[in-house]
Amino acid sequence: MNEILKVENLRRVFDVGAEKVHALKGISFTVTENEFVSIMGTSGSGKSTLLNILGCLDTPTSGEYYIDGISVSDRTKDELSVIRNRKIGFVFQAYNLLARTSALENVELPLLYNSSISASERHERAKHALELVGLQERMYHMPNQLSGGQQQRVAIARALVNDPVILLADEATGNLDTRTSYEIMSLFQELNAQGKTIAFVTHEPDIAVFTGRTIQLRDGHIVKDEPVKTQSARAALEALPPSDDY
Amino acid sequence: MNFFNLLKIALQAIKRNKTRALLTMLGIIIGIGAVITMVSLGQSSKQSINDQISDMGTNLITVRRAWNRRAGVNVGTTNVQTLKIADVNAIADRAKYIASVSPVVSSSGQLIYGSNNWPGSIQGGNEQFLSIRKFAIASGTNFTADDVRSSAKVCIIGKTVQDNLFPDGESPLGKVIRFGRIPLKVIGVLESKGNNQMGQDQDDIVIAPYTTVQKRILAVTYLQQIVASAVGENYVDLAAMEIENILRGTHRLTADKDNDFEVFTQQEMLETMTSVIGFLTILLAFIAAISLLVGGIGIMNIMLVTVTERTKEIGLRMSIGATKKDIIQQFLYESIILCLIGGLVGILFGLGASYVISSALNWPFIISPMAVGISFVVCAATGIFFGLYPAMKAASLDPIQALRYE
Repeated sequence: MNEILKVENLRRVFDVGAEKVHALKGISFTVTENEFVSIMGTSGSGKSTLLNILGCLDTPTSGEYYIDGISVSDRTKDELSVIRNRKIGFVFQAYNLLARTSALENVELPLLYNSSISASERHERAKHALELVGLQERMYHMPNQLSGGQQQRVAIARALVNDPVILLADEATGNLDTRTSYEIMSLFQELNAQGKTIAFVTHEPDIAVFTGRTIQLRDGHIVKDEPVKTQSARAALEALPPSDDY
Repeated sequence: MNFFNLLKIALQAIKRNKTRALLTMLGIIIGIGAVITMVSLGQSSKQSINDQISDMGTNLITVRRAWNRRAGVNVGTTNVQTLKIADVNAIADRAKYIASVSPVVSSSGQLIYGSNNWPGSIQGGNEQFLSIRKFAIASGTNFTADDVRSSAKVCIIGKTVQDNLFPDGESPLGKVIRFGRIPLKVIGVLESKGNNQMGQDQDDIVIAPYTTVQKRILAVTYLQQIVASAVGENYVDLAAMEIENILRGTHRLTADKDNDFEVFTQQEMLETMTSVIGFLTILLAFIAAISLLVGGIGIMNIMLVTVTERTKEIGLRMSIGATKKDIIQQFLYESIILCLIGGLVGILFGLGASYVISSALNWPFIISPMAVGISFVVCAATGIFFGLYPAMKAASLDPIQALRYE
């Protein structure tokens, strides 16, 4: 199996005034292709710091980090930008869609920063990504014309469009109700089944059960790293009492 | 990074915020509009003066009596009697670069016809006077050399004089009007020339043979002016020098004596007038340029607000792979596009305004390609200059912080 992510003895120290805050105190793990990993922990456990490093938004103080076999530790900011553009798909808690911009244009955005992709190819790939998340009917809708779940689907399509080696989801269900959360988790499970590697940061244990493996962080250390008895989000969705919305 | 992609990104961003874009552009629109209007009107007024002076004949050379100084006191020209008909004859005989020359004597007095009267002035010249001063006959005829020789009691009147003495539309030709006590037969009417740049009515004029004015009206033998036209526009200066030499000869001025006359060319008048207008144009354009500067600062202001307001967007763009350069370029393009569109609208607005103003003032409408070109460059430069700082500020944001910004 290909190693998609590999971290070795990762440390991250923040200088806060005279004090040094150790956010990560030597973390090592590997994520192989087609894994669905949840990274859990309470606030202050270091999971945001870890996610920022995994997403190449931040660099570790020491330790090694490889994504798709490429070392990330000593890269310039612009090199990190290119890695983010080609290797990583981000899904945020707050969707972070551009307002007054159609779903299609939102999804096209990462490809605009990749000059090797032509306008027509960009268009095709964005359409295809929206089809993957089931929004082919809503391509020209603005974000304010879409529900929260649909907006998150657009965001997932945007993360998929550059065909990344890993999807990094940061509390991707945090703003959604239970039913919609399960729908989104079901979508992630489908994508995983199609071969996508996913790292899913959450603090909700009932969301983590839909993933295949859980890494639990506490105070900058990994306290637990074990496979999960995966439950089907589709089944959980069907088990929910019928919504009174319908 | 692909230029067209960044252009598309910048255009999308502008499209998302139409109201803000419009307000931002307003400063530039007004600034550029003002510059264009000022420069264009400056050129129009220059051209207008040019036209007016050419109307009087660009070849025109005027010889006047010098100011009479006595013991340092300037007493005017009234008593100076140095210009004589002999001077005119000398110029006519000897000057090579002079096409025609005419003496000028003038007087003012009451014009009377029937029960109508009008305070007018009379100019006396020879039969070439009309062509030198670029007057044309609308109806009737010019007086002849014979009329001049015989001090004939004939005259040619301007439109204003005609309107006031013959208000009923009666033809003045052949009628006898009186200038004071002197009866003069109207043999011609001049074509209207309208007001000149100084607002003088050029149609309020009566022209008669200079001999008539000299002998019958003023009872003098000297001349007040001599007017001449050079053979061509390029020979005006030569012709003026020639006249000076001839007149110094006829006036028997030795080398140590100053001229007792002054020679003016239209060129000199033109230069004086246009230099004043030129100065005013520069002054006004400078004031307009300050408004452009204020517009530019307005752009910077809005772009800075934009950067703060769009922190989250910038964070997102960075997280999906925008480099520092991409962000700088996006914001720079946004401000350049705003400035260029604003500039384009401002140019149209300025041309429209100067068209309306120049046609209201009866000036020729002139588009100054230089002013348009310069303002376009200024627009782009304003965009770059005032867009750079906000763009750098945007690019220096930390993506992690920016993504979390609420």
